[in-house]
Parts: sequence; C-alpha cells; structure tokens
Amino acid sequence: MDVGFCLRSEAAGAMRTALMSAENLQLTLKAEPSQEERALTHTKRGPEETHKAGNEDLKEMLESNKESLKLEAMKRVVGLIAKGKNASELFPAVVKNVASKNIELKKLVYVYLVRYAEEQQDLALLSISTFQRALKEPNQFIRASALRVLSSIRVPIIVPIMMLAIKEAAADMSPYVRKTSAHAIQKLYSLDPDQKEQLIEVIEKLLKDKSTLVAGSVVVAFEEVCPDRIDLIHKNYRKLCNLLVDVEEWGQVVIISMLTRYARTQFTSPWKEGASFEENNEKAFYASDSEEKSERTEAEAYVMDPDHRLLLRNTKPLLQSRNTAVVMSVAQLYWHLAPRHEVNLVTKSLVRLLRSHREVQYIVLQNIATMSIQRKGMFEPYMKSFYVRSTDATHIKTLKLEILTNLANEANISTILREFQTYVKSQDKAFAAATIQAIGRCATNISEVTDTCLNGLVLLLSNRDETVVAESVVVIKKLLQTQPTQHSEIIKHMAKLFDNITVSMARASILWLMGEYCDRVPKIAPDVLRKMAKSFTAEEDIVKLQTVNLAAKLYLTNSKQTKLLTQYILNLGKYDQSYDIRDRTRFIRQLIVPNEKSGALNKYARRILLAPKPAPVLESAFKDRDRYQLGTLSHSLNSKASGYQELSDWPAVAPDQSVRNVEVVEPVRARSSQRFSLSGPASSSESEEQSSEESDKTSSDSGKSSSGSEETSSGSDSQQKKKKKTKKAPQKKSKTAAASRCYLFLRGKMVADVYSRASFQVTAPSFGPVKTYELLHHMTGKGLSAKYHFPRQPCLHQPGMVAVQVTLSNGSDRSLEEIHVGDRSPASLNIHCFNTIERLEPEASVTVSMGIDFSDSTQAANFQLCTKEDGFSVSIQPAVGELLMPSSLSEQDFSREQGKLLGMNETSATVAMATANASSQAVKQRVLSVANVGEVPSGAPSISRRDVPPGPLVMKTLSSVLTTGSCRPSPRAPFIRDDGKRSRAET
Amino acid sequence: MLMFPSDSLITSFVYSMSALPPFKPVTSYWFRLSQNGQNELLCFPSPASPPPAAMIHSLFLINASGDIFLEKHWKSVVSRSVCDYFFEAQERASEPENVPPVIPTPHHYLISVLRHRIYFVAVIQSEVPPLFVIEFLHRVVDTFQDYFGVCTEAAIKDNVVVVYELLEEMLDNGFPLATESNILKELIKPPTILRTMVNTITGSTNVGEQLPTGQLSVVPWRRTGVKYTNNEAYFDVVEEIDAIIDKSGSTITAEIQGVIDACVKLTGMPDLTLSFMNPRLLDDVSFHPCVRFKRWEAERILSFIPPDGNFRLLSYHVSSQNLVAIPVYVKHNITFREGSSQGRFDLTLGPKQTMGKAVEAVLVSSQLPRGVLNANLNASQGTYTFDPVTKMLTWDVGKINPQKLPSLKGSMNLQAGASKPDENPTINIQLKIQQMAISGLKVNRLDMYGEKYKPFKGIKYMTKAGKFQVRT
Repeated sequence: MDVGFCLRSEAAGAMRTALMSAENLQLTLKAEPSQEERALTHTKRGPEETHKAGNEDLKEMLESNKESLKLEAMKRVVGLIAKGKNASELFPAVVKNVASKNIELKKLVYVYLVRYAEEQQDLALLSISTFQRALKEPNQFIRASALRVLSSIRVPIIVPIMMLAIKEAAADMSPYVRKTSAHAIQKLYSLDPDQKEQLIEVIEKLLKDKSTLVAGSVVVAFEEVCPDRIDLIHKNYRKLCNLLVDVEEWGQVVIISMLTRYARTQFTSPWKEGASFEENNEKAFYASDSEEKSERTEAEAYVMDPDHRLLLRNTKPLLQSRNTAVVMSVAQLYWHLAPRHEVNLVTKSLVRLLRSHREVQYIVLQNIATMSIQRKGMFEPYMKSFYVRSTDATHIKTLKLEILTNLANEANISTILREFQTYVKSQDKAFAAATIQAIGRCATNISEVTDTCLNGLVLLLSNRDETVVAESVVVIKKLLQTQPTQHSEIIKHMAKLFDNITVSMARASILWLMGEYCDRVPKIAPDVLRKMAKSFTAEEDIVKLQTVNLAAKLYLTNSKQTKLLTQYILNLGKYDQSYDIRDRTRFIRQLIVPNEKSGALNKYARRILLAPKPAPVLESAFKDRDRYQLGTLSHSLNSKASGYQELSDWPAVAPDQSVRNVEVVEPVRARSSQRFSLSGPASSSESEEQSSEESDKTSSDSGKSSSGSEETSSGSDSQQKKKKKTKKAPQKKSKTAAASRCYLFLRGKMVADVYSRASFQVTAPSFGPVKTYELLHHMTGKGLSAKYHFPRQPCLHQPGMVAVQVTLSNGSDRSLEEIHVGDRSPASLNIHCFNTIERLEPEASVTVSMGIDFSDSTQAANFQLCTKEDGFSVSIQPAVGELLMPSSLSEQDFSREQGKLLGMNETSATVAMATANASSQAVKQRVLSVANVGEVPSGAPSISRRDVPPGPLVMKTLSSVLTTGSCRPSPRAPFIRDDGKRSRAET
Repeated sequence: MLMFPSDSLITSFVYSMSALPPFKPVTSYWFRLSQNGQNELLCFPSPASPPPAAMIHSLFLINASGDIFLEKHWKSVVSRSVCDYFFEAQERASEPENVPPVIPTPHHYLISVLRHRIYFVAVIQSEVPPLFVIEFLHRVVDTFQDYFGVCTEAAIKDNVVVVYELLEEMLDNGFPLATESNILKELIKPPTILRTMVNTITGSTNVGEQLPTGQLSVVPWRRTGVKYTNNEAYFDVVEEIDAIIDKSGSTITAEIQGVIDACVKLTGMPDLTLSFMNPRLLDDVSFHPCVRFKRWEAERILSFIPPDGNFRLLSYHVSSQNLVAIPVYVKHNITFREGSSQGRFDLTLGPKQTMGKAVEAVLVSSQLPRGVLNANLNASQGTYTFDPVTKMLTWDVGKINPQKLPSLKGSMNLQAGASKPDENPTINIQLKIQQMAISGLKVNRLDMYGEKYKPFKGIKYMTKAGKFQVRT
C-alpha cells in the first residue's frame, strides 16, 4: 500500500512538472512579443537571477499603459504570493493601480495590498485615500468592499481612520455594509486592543440590528471583543432566537454557541435534582418524543423559563441543516441546556452525520463517545451504526470501538462481543490490539461476561500475531488482578507461553503476575526466574525491572530455592547500563537482604512488596472529556485551547428575567404612511409558522424576512418593529414600475403580498356579495343549526380579529338553552365569543357576532358550540380573501409600496370569468366577491406595459389590518392587483 | 516579529506564552529549524495581548508528496514552517487517511481535510468548533470542483488566480462570507475553455461586472435574472446501501442513505413543490437551505425556490430498523491451508432482491492478506487485477446475468514459509441499479408556481452500493 502510494505520488510529481512547463509556455505565449523574448531569455538564467529579472519584468508590465499587460502582471504576482514567494519589492508598482477601473485588476491589487501592507506601511498609506473616497460611494457593494480592504490593512497609523469608517458603516443604510463593519470590528480589535471601549459601543449598536445579514457577524465580533459583556445580550436575546433560522449557516454556529453560554448563566437547571440519569424514563420517551409529555412531567417540580424554551424550540429545526457544524452546535446546545429526556432528539441527526466525510466523522464520533459515557440510552438503538468497516481509517475505528464499549450492557454484550471477535482478527494490528483492550473493559464493567472474556483472551494467547498476544497478556493481567482467586490455570498457561512471547510489555506483565501470585504457582515461578537469569542481559529494561521484582518476591516467599538465583540477578543488575536498573537493584537489595547496615525497613519488606494491590480500573479515555463544552476544539484535543471559554454552571437562582423584556411601543398610526421598516423580529417567526400552514391553494413561503430596502434605516433604530414579507422575486430597481408589476400578475391570479404594518387608513369595505357558509347542520346539531358569514366589518372586539356573524336557529320542536362556545382547538385560539344565549325557542333564530383571530392563516378555527345538554364540534375555515382588510391608498402610494415588496409570501386564488362580461366593472365585481379589498383610484392606462396593448386596467389594492397578538400588533397590508386584460385572455 | 506595534513587548509576550497549550516545553522551539531553513521563531504571532481569534488564519494546500503548493493568509502571514508539525503527523500515520484531522502545535492548531489526495490544512489560532473549519474546507473543495470540474493539484495551479479570488470572497478575516455557489458564480465566472480564449483575445476578465445582488436577496442561494430557452428540472434520487454481511450471508447491519440531487435550469423565480408517495419512509432528513422546513413538518411536502444549476436538495436516511433489501449475494470460499503455500479463492455473485432490475457496474475489491504473493484466477466474466504491492484484488464484473452467474475462481500463492493468515479478506462491492430506489421511495409529483412557462421535468432513480462489505 505504502509503496503504491509513493508510486502514485511520483507519477503525480512528474505530471506536475510537465504541467508546469506547459504553464510557462502558456505564459510566454500570452505575453506581448517583446515580453516573449524576455521570457524566453530569463528561463536560461540561474534561478536567483531569474527571480529578480522576473520581477523587473513584472514591474515594467505593471507600469505600462496597457490594462491587459497590467492584469497579466498582477496575475503572475498573485501566482507568486500563492506559492509563498516574496513579491514585496513590487509594492510601489502595484499600489499605483489601486484606483484602476478594471474590476479584476483592482481585486488582485487588493489581494496584494492586504498581503504586504504590514511590511510596507508607509507606501500602503498611499492607497488609503482611495478607500476613503470609496466609502462614500452610493453603491453599497463598493462601500462594503472598500471597508473590507481598508480594515484588512494592518497598519497601526490608520487606526483612527478605521474607527471612523467602522462607526459610519455601522449606521449605514445597507445591511450588507453593516455586516462588513461588524467584520471590521474584529480586525481593528486585533490591530489595536486599546480601541475596545469604543468598539463595544459599536457592537452594542449593531446587536440591536434586526437584519439577518448582520446578526451572525456581530455576534462573532462580540465573542471576540467582549464575550463577557453578557448584559449586551439581554435585550437582544429573543430577537436572536427568532432570527436564528434565517441567519446564514456560519453565523448560526456562532450565535448558537454564544447563546449556549448565555443560557447557562441566565436560567436555572432543567435537570432534576438527584434523578440525573433515569435511563428507563429516557427509553420510554425515546419512542415518542412528544413535547406535551415532557412538559407534563416537567411541570411537577420545575417550570422552565419561557425564554429557555424559546431557545430550545427555535434551534430544533436546525438539526436538519445540511451544514454539519450547525447540527453539531445544536446537538451540544441540547446536551448542555435541554432537560435530560429531550436530549435524545439530537441522536438521529448526529448518527446521520456519520455518513459525511472522514474528518466530520472523527469529530462527531469524539463527541458521541463523550455523550455515550453518560447516556448509554441515547445511542443504544443506533449501536449498529458504529460497527467498524475494514475501510475505515484507524482513528475512526478506534473511536467506534470506544463507543461500542461505552454502549455495552448486559443485554447487548453478546452481540458486541461477537462483533469484537471479528475485529480481533483484523489485519490492522493496532486496531486489533485496541479491540482487546475494549474486551478487557467490557469484562470488568459487566461481571456476567468476565469469564467468557477471559477465556476468549486466553484463546488469543495462541494467536500468531505478537501484538495481539502481547495485548492479551496485558489485559489478562489486569483482569486477573480484579479476581485472582480462581485463575492459577491461566497463570500456568501464560508461563508456558513465556518462551514464545517476545514483546517486552507482555513479558514484563507475565513476570509481574508470577511474582504477585507466586504462592499459587510455587513450582513454576522459580523455574521462570531461572530462565530469566540466563537471558537477563539481553532483555529490555522493563523486563529487567520486573525480573528484579520477581526475584525479590520469590526471595521473600521461597528463599530456600531462589536465594542464589536472586543474588545472581541482583549482581547482574548492579552492573547494568541503565541507571534505573542499578537504582532498583540497590534498593531491592537493601530492602530484602538482611545485613547490619540495613535499617528498620527490612522487617517490613514482605509487607511492602507483597501488599495487596488495588485492581486497576479500566476506564474510557473519554471519561473526563465532558469538562469541555462539546463540539469545541478543546474537547477534540482534550486540552484547553487558547481562547476557550468555560461553560459556567447553572445558577442556583435565576437572575432577573425581566431584563430580556423589550418595551413594546404602540404602533404609530398614519402619521407617515410611507415609512416602512425592517423585519420585526418577534412577529417574523410567528408569521412564518402561520403562512406555511396555509392550505393547498396557497403557496407560501417561510421567506427570509428581508431587510434589504434602504429606506428603512431610520425605522430600525426606532422601536417601531415592522416587517415586510413579500412575494415574488426581488425586483431590480432599475426596471420600470410597470415591468415589475407584470411580475405580480401571473395568469390572472390574484397575488396577495402580505405586507408589513403599514399605517394605512382602513376603509369601509367595497361591498361584494356576502356568501353564507354552513357551520352546523340541524341534523347533526340535534335541531340546532348554524350558518355564518363574514360581514367584512372591522371587528369591534379586537383589531386583529376577523368579524364573523353566526346565525343560530332552532329547528327542533323544543327550546334550546344555554347556547355558548365551548372548548376550542388549538387551545391558544383567540376567539371573542358571543354572550351565552339563554334560550332559543323552536323555529326561532338569532344572529350573533364573534371575532376570531385566525393569525393570518387559512387554518380552520375549531371550537365547540354547546347547548345545555350537548356540544358540537364545528369549524370555520376562512377564505383567504376574508382575512384581508381594504385600505385606501393613492396610486402613487400603491406603486411605491409595491416597489418595496421583497419577500416570498404569496397567496393566490383564481378568478374565472367569462370573456363576454369582462368589463372593468365586472372584473371588479368578481374580485370583490372573493376578497375583501379596496380599489385604488386609477385613471391612467398609460402605466400599463408596453408589451400589452393599452386597455382597461383594473387596479385593486387591499391592505388588511390583522394582528397576531394583542401585545404585538403587526398588521399587514397585502396588495392585490389584477390585470383585467390578462384575466380576460386566460378565460 | 521585529516590528512590534506595542511597547508592552515583555508582558504581552509572556501572555501569549501562557496561553499556549501545555504541549511541549517552550524552550525546544528556539532551536527548532524548519524544513525550509526558516527559524521557527519567525512564526510567532504578533504579540497582541488578547488572542486574535479569527476563525481561519491561513490555508495551505499540500500534495501527496508533501509539497506546499498554495498558501493563503487572511490575517498576518503564518510561516509555512508551521506545516512541519503536519508533516510529522503525516510520517507517523501509516496511511494518508490516518493523519489526525486536528493537530495541536505550540502556537496554532492545524485542522486538515484530505480530498482528491490533497491536504487542505487550515491554521487556527484559538478555540473554534473544529467542525466549523472542516465543513468550510469541504465547501472550498466542493467549490473548486464545481469551478474546475476536478479538484486536482494541476487544476488548482492552472487556475491559481481564480482560486485566490474565490478564497478572497469566501472568507473575510477568517470568517466565511460567501459560500453559496450561486453567489460566487455571480462574483467570479467559472473558467471555461471558451471564456479563457475570449479573455486572452479581448483582455476581458473572469470577475463578474455585476454586483452580487443575490447576497442581499431573501433567496441568497439563487442568482437573479436567470434565463433559459429550455426550461428543465431534473431530479436524481440516488440511494446507497451501507451494509455489512457476515460470513454466512446474513445481514449484520444495513441502512440506506439517500440523496436527491437536482439540476434545475429554470427561468426567473420558480417556486417548486415536490411531493412523495411515501414520505414516511424518510427517517431523518437534512435540507438545502432553500427548503421550507415548516411546510415539510406540516405536510411532508418539499417546497422551495431552487438555486440555479446543480445542487443537493435533500439527503435522507432510512434507518437500520427498517428492513433493507440486499440486492446481491456472494458465495465465497477463500481458504488458506496450514503448511501449504497455496490458497483457494472462489467467488460467485448473484442477484438477490432487485425487483427485476438488472444489477450493473459491479466492481468487487478485496484487500488480500499480506502473505499473498500472487493470484492466478479465472474470471467467468469481466477482468480482474491483482496488485502485488498493495495486495489489492479488483474484479470488474460489469452486469450480472442471472442465467449465468459471474464467478472468479483460482488459487493464490503465498509467501513460502509464512504462516497462514488468520483473517480472511473482506470483500467490498460496488454496484448500480438503474430506475429503482431500493427503499421504495417514489416521487409523486413536481409542481411549479410563480412562473408561467411549462418546464420539462425529469426524475431518475438509482441505487448504488455505498459501504457494502461482505466478511468472509
């Protein structure tokens, strides 16, 4: 295998040289004719000369007027940097091109600048003004990249300039620039730690940012600059939890690990006192990891902080991430924070990661090894996933073995041992030896199989491979120590093998056993010593030491037979080359051989040498790893890495919970209708949940709540949390409004854009025909029948509710009493009930009005309609159009709002109509019948697109004001437009 | 090292020493010379008092023969002599795969991945989740593969400028910035033969003129303004069986790992939904970020706005608790007689549970014991090779014909005098079955919303053997 590998690499080397010469050739060909000559000549010179001349050559190219030559030169310079060659002398020539118009050239100059600025500080300053200018560019990407490069130039003189730039960028309108500024914070901090205080201020400000782009980067900066300033997190905790799913994957890892630390300082332990490892309970929970169940048991003693629960709930979906680092970080979060029985949630995902690359397996297996020591139950069902394959790398095999050993218990030990038998025969001898160790551990841990294991190991003593035999001897020695009474047979057997064993560790082990249990093998032990006396000089040190030991012990127990032998060996030892052996010999001689000089110790020699010795405990190498946070570098190395932050213990009493409360400010109404905002943190996740539950005709998206629009910066600082969720592709702003509009109206469908809380005036509904739906048929309702319709009036009870009018009639021949609304599901469903109707006479009917909060979803509201005797389950399923509320809006406003649509929320319904009556009036009528919308006054067919001939253009706008909760009103303003032309064409 | 920005040299120096892992006595480094003849002292980090905790400091690419052929630094330059620790570890490891992924050195930590026989070694200076780095390095390799078709030393050297530009965009100050292939492709165009030619002639560049709007969009994985004349969406359901079969032919463990790889070339912003006939089969799934998780939770429907081009939509796991159909059986008789320098080798393959589909591209490989000198075998079908150096026996069987089962029979010559090997070799099998997903997973339908054209849709199923081992 090794040789083959070398052969291959040689082949690769040869190929590379060929390719390199091809590369040279290419370069020569590409250059201008004059360069060609030079290039050809410079290959003939000596290597040192070539290098220099090559640089001369590059300098000339860089100073030329031709863009293409400069670019070519820069490419070669980058090639030099990549190879680790020094190209610093070109600095003056390169830095001139920093303001080049050619983007690629500019980028390559940046690469160069960042690499060498530290070495050429004075010259680097020449480039600074270019970046300062670029920081003021209107284009956000240019601003961002200027800041990126500026902050990467590690020149201490420009610290004040960087500080200023970071501060400005942190208040930039573009979230992308703010993200870049968060990255720059770390760079400045490592350049000049004295700026810490000022940087913390910037971090504090950026932590309040609601953009998902910024969240990850600012937490990285936080972790680096001021990881101990937990107080900065309080107010942002809930926001971070809610944003987490939408943050890019690398940011997720950092945020999760920061929140793990945070949670350990802020919440009390969810682990019940005294009942730390209830394996049985865990197994019961394993089958059904239902949340309710767990909540019920928890409720008895301990109530989890809702914020703690929020973190656990919001990280759970990330277990499905494709990024292994994210999965691992969620797993460690659950391990360190979740109640014991919930930790099992992560098992499956961790096992899934084992299919990933070898390096990923390595880390994951390490973590599983640590987990499996404390919680066997977690991984036991997946035991077979840890079976070793012959193709695994050795360190993977060893880790799998470790885990299998940890998982072994009375029930599965026979399966595991059978599997181990295969491993022992492996051609990978290091692995076979590790397996023998593992068998030894199983044998000590599970007393039922000790004898079986011991017998198996004794069989291995006749193995042909030396390492296997040696390892078996060592393990048998350890096992015998635990129960030495009945095993003299094995000791005899080993004595017989002694001549054939050459591995010193194994020989030493046998000698030790002989000495320790010499009373059990009184005839054999002196014989072994005799043999050793013969070969003493040729043995390894460790064997010599044990020989001296054996001699001493035998001298004490059986001095008649062994006195001379012992003296002979001690004499040999006295003149040995090794210090250790000489020392030991001298010590033993004084200890055991009585003479006039030897002190009081002589009397105790027997008690010293033949003292009962405690049996060694065979422990996992991962026993103590749990002192490190899982998933960290320190855990992987089993030693503290620099910059490692200890995970604190749970506090006995939770600190004040209210620090995380964020004041809710009443929405500012109507004052500025064009003011829109950034994504609202709290409402965003909620509405995602709802939107994704929408029914089949609704295609929705848990769209990343966006924060792209630039007009929002002012809003971001104020407490107004508003959000935008939009449908359809982000439009290019350069396109005409009309062109983007046609995006919206696909196939005559109505496309509703669920929009953020705009402060639009809600208008009276433009009336459409009211459709009545059946709620309860009188046959099923034992006479009670109910019908409902949506009156399209704002609900009086609560602004977020949809008004529903229910007509109850009594179709039976007796009167019904106490009609009221009973249980509802989901229990959280917010219904404003009608007052209980005391009595409804036969044939009578009564209309009552209710308010239902559908939470902006078309999910049905289920509740019970009860009479005195009976309860009937009924459900109201709203059509999506009924969830909307019309608002008045001028056409300009409409187009402006429409231009801001960014997100991915779509709700659609098809309006079918005959071509014949496709007048604008008819279209309007049809649309109104399905949706509660208002009309935008429009008179200008001129806005219609060029690609469709001018025609009647019906525009409708609707904005609904719905709330998701009483404390957090987040009305949305969906816009609907319909294009009469298009719908006609389709019908 | 010679230019200290701060005057607190001594104190900070002591600090950085104390922050070291207790690994080796520090004094030993003063004398340590690297392979390149540079003194190790040169690689001291600049003595800023807090450990600068950039995630990834530097990246070195090392080929199989131990040459550093590319280096990139995102912060101060780390001398390449730091790789000496890696080379030491490499020497200790018997096989290239056995190099530990995490290696501590006095000042740095080296985290490496090995792919395509290239080591990607990242230099870390302080605590960071190792998986974070490993995952990123694999993402880098995937990106190179995506850009250059292959990720070999030659390809990287040929495209060193593109590689540098990519690495520059992928990390900022050691923290991943843009790793989404769609965004990167907007920033830096992948080199094609045509484009290279055009660039040489016209002097135009690989760097995208457009600014990466995707980074800001709510669908950061999809580039904007996609246009195709033929709109197509292809999905490949590929399942791999991982199994260990014991001597007697019974299954010790078997599980199915599946992926759905997609190649979507659709204009505009299509919104796709993909539903399965039997979604309950999927035991554990991981998604591309484009998949709406809530929708999956609620309805078991994959709803997503796809990235443009090739991507992995989903990977899933059908657990070992379910019964897994094993597509082939192996009859084997491999014996070594005591005292004889001959061994018998007899192997027959046959289809087992294939649901009537043909088993194709069968490749059998086995690592024979060290004592085997040569093998004289006779293959009834296909060809076999035996590498006397690595002792690797490979038999390219091709398609299994159920009427005439393929077999490989003959004898092995053993080293004279060597004792009989105590383990029989393990047999690894690769195979392919077209038009079938062995778990029985079936896609029900694929719908597109949001765009009005009719795309061409295609779904392909395939079953492969993953880590399929037969113990003999």
